[in-house]
Amino acid sequence: MSPADSGITDTPLIELAGVTKTYGTGSAALQALRGVDLIVRQGEFVAIMGPSGSGKSTVMNILGCLDVPTTGSYLFRGVHVEQLSRNQRALLRRHYLGFVFQGYNLLARTSAIENVELPLLYRGEPAARRHVAAREALASVGLADWESHTPGELSGGQQQRAAIARAIVTHPAVLLADEPTGNLDTQRSREIMDLIVALNRDRGITVLMVTHEPDMAAYAKRIVRFVDGRVDSDVLNGERAHGEQA
Amino acid sequence: MMGWNAFLLSLREILRNLMRSFLTVLGIVIGVGAVITMVTLGNGATQAVSDQIASLGSNMLIVRPGQRLGAGRDSAGAPQFKMADVRAIAEQVGSLQAVAPAVARSVTVVHLANNWSTMIGGSTDEYFVARNWQPAVGRVFTEAEERAGKAVCIIGETVRRELFGRENPIGGAIRIKQFSCEVIGLLAAKGQAAMGQDQDDLILMPLRTVQRRLIGNQDVSTLLISVADGASIDRVKAQIEGLMRERRRIGETEDDNFNVLDTRQIAEALSSTTRVMTVLLGAVAAVSLLVGGIGIMNIMLVSVTERTREIGIRLAVGALEREVLLQFLIEAVVLSSIGGLIGVALAAIGSLAAANAMQVPFLFDARINILAFMFSAAIGVIFGFFPARRAARLDPIEALRHE
Repeated sequence: MSPADSGITDTPLIELAGVTKTYGTGSAALQALRGVDLIVRQGEFVAIMGPSGSGKSTVMNILGCLDVPTTGSYLFRGVHVEQLSRNQRALLRRHYLGFVFQGYNLLARTSAIENVELPLLYRGEPAARRHVAAREALASVGLADWESHTPGELSGGQQQRAAIARAIVTHPAVLLADEPTGNLDTQRSREIMDLIVALNRDRGITVLMVTHEPDMAAYAKRIVRFVDGRVDSDVLNGERAHGEQA
Repeated sequence: MMGWNAFLLSLREILRNLMRSFLTVLGIVIGVGAVITMVTLGNGATQAVSDQIASLGSNMLIVRPGQRLGAGRDSAGAPQFKMADVRAIAEQVGSLQAVAPAVARSVTVVHLANNWSTMIGGSTDEYFVARNWQPAVGRVFTEAEERAGKAVCIIGETVRRELFGRENPIGGAIRIKQFSCEVIGLLAAKGQAAMGQDQDDLILMPLRTVQRRLIGNQDVSTLLISVADGASIDRVKAQIEGLMRERRRIGETEDDNFNVLDTRQIAEALSSTTRVMTVLLGAVAAVSLLVGGIGIMNIMLVSVTERTREIGIRLAVGALEREVLLQFLIEAVVLSSIGGLIGVALAAIGSLAAANAMQVPFLFDARINILAFMFSAAIGVIFGFFPARRAARLDPIEALRHE
């Protein structure tokens, strides 16, 4: 593994080994992943790039415990995710993962603060604690004055900030961002990326981000490029050198 | 997620689609309202019937010619009773309080400018004992008046109102066909009976007077017999039947050509009829509850489809299948329970109004109200389960992509 000597941390947080994913069966079967090995350590900021159809979204779904590999193994904090039930994977998401989507995916007609409180609701936090934590998270993304606004009353950049607040309100181990700037202009995109970089740097949140924009990938410390369902290159940012596959 | 949050959330969803929610629960509202109204009115009607029977007098036997009461009754060939039968029963059967012969005829009566169609009953003083019904004002017949068949009468409250108005009826004269009759008493008002039958709409005269002046024979058409308290009605009934068979010379193999009814028996027959009606009407109304449930299921399925993305978000942030299931189930139950509550309220208003209009007593039955409400909530569970399970089983990736 090329980034093994980057000095970020010790034991792997995430370890994909020989992961394949096949949709459908028989002649209509589509092989989205053809054997992916990937190790991510605590505190990394990994950008996953690749052309459409390269399997980067599929691998994000698997990393986010929303989907399971057809074959191969996925170790998350030493747990074999591919052996977990749907509900057990939901509990992993609840306790360790935060999601940011291209389309924000906030609950419509629901205030920003209630959106941010949502993950805490499922963690069984009492209302008062939920409220305090959600305010704090909104303040940390610069939306302190926008708590009671619904997504319809927020700009795209503000909606994505609210979505980030929702993702980090639980203090997750991993933030999974799927094209987080895909719907935003350059200025807003920069602001969002600065925010994500700060979360990675200051809070030590491991960030996995899918993007097809090199400008955005440039914010990451490590860039993994997918082609045809395989890892094509895996480099530390700035090195600009091809990494070897394990 | 705690049930309380799901409850608040469901209220919000219901309020967001207020019109749709209202139309959805309309079926439940109508169903619950109809069930409760039907049962309440049915109970009222049953009560009214038994009240009416009870007002005939307790422990009473009614002996009439003919084989049986009701349809197909064959009284044409059966001979009427005579006063001798009355005396025989009074002398030979024990444990009796009173034996009153009765005849009746409907006539138009006149007082000054007022006339009124009513029923004239002829009987003896025993009648007042048998029916436990005494004049409120005035007196009963004297023995001399009974023996001589004098033209004296005791009138019911309705007759007094129609003929005399504000005038004092006692001592007044009523014209019946060709003769004039002196009013000597006014019966205590029994009030409007069930099914529109007015018990106070009658005039009582000595038996002999009615027989001679209105009917023209010595027949007695009905015997009202009251049994002493504590005596066995069945035993007395058997004795009367035996005596009458003997007196009417009915052979061993022949059927009775008279019948003896006790009021208890009539009350049971009538109230079982109204009870059957109540159950039938209630069952018909329950069908509309089921239809309401299907409406709930339909709208919940629509709601799940509309909110697919929301479900995806919830699943992504770590909602368990059963938490999503519970959320939608609670929403369905809240929806149907609101319908149930509205139905209960409407039924209270509706059955009160209908009870007044139909002149049956309004009997609030807490049991049927609670039962119908619980049933509406149960419908939410049953018909909400399938849509809720569909929501819970959505694939989060597909759901997030849904537009």
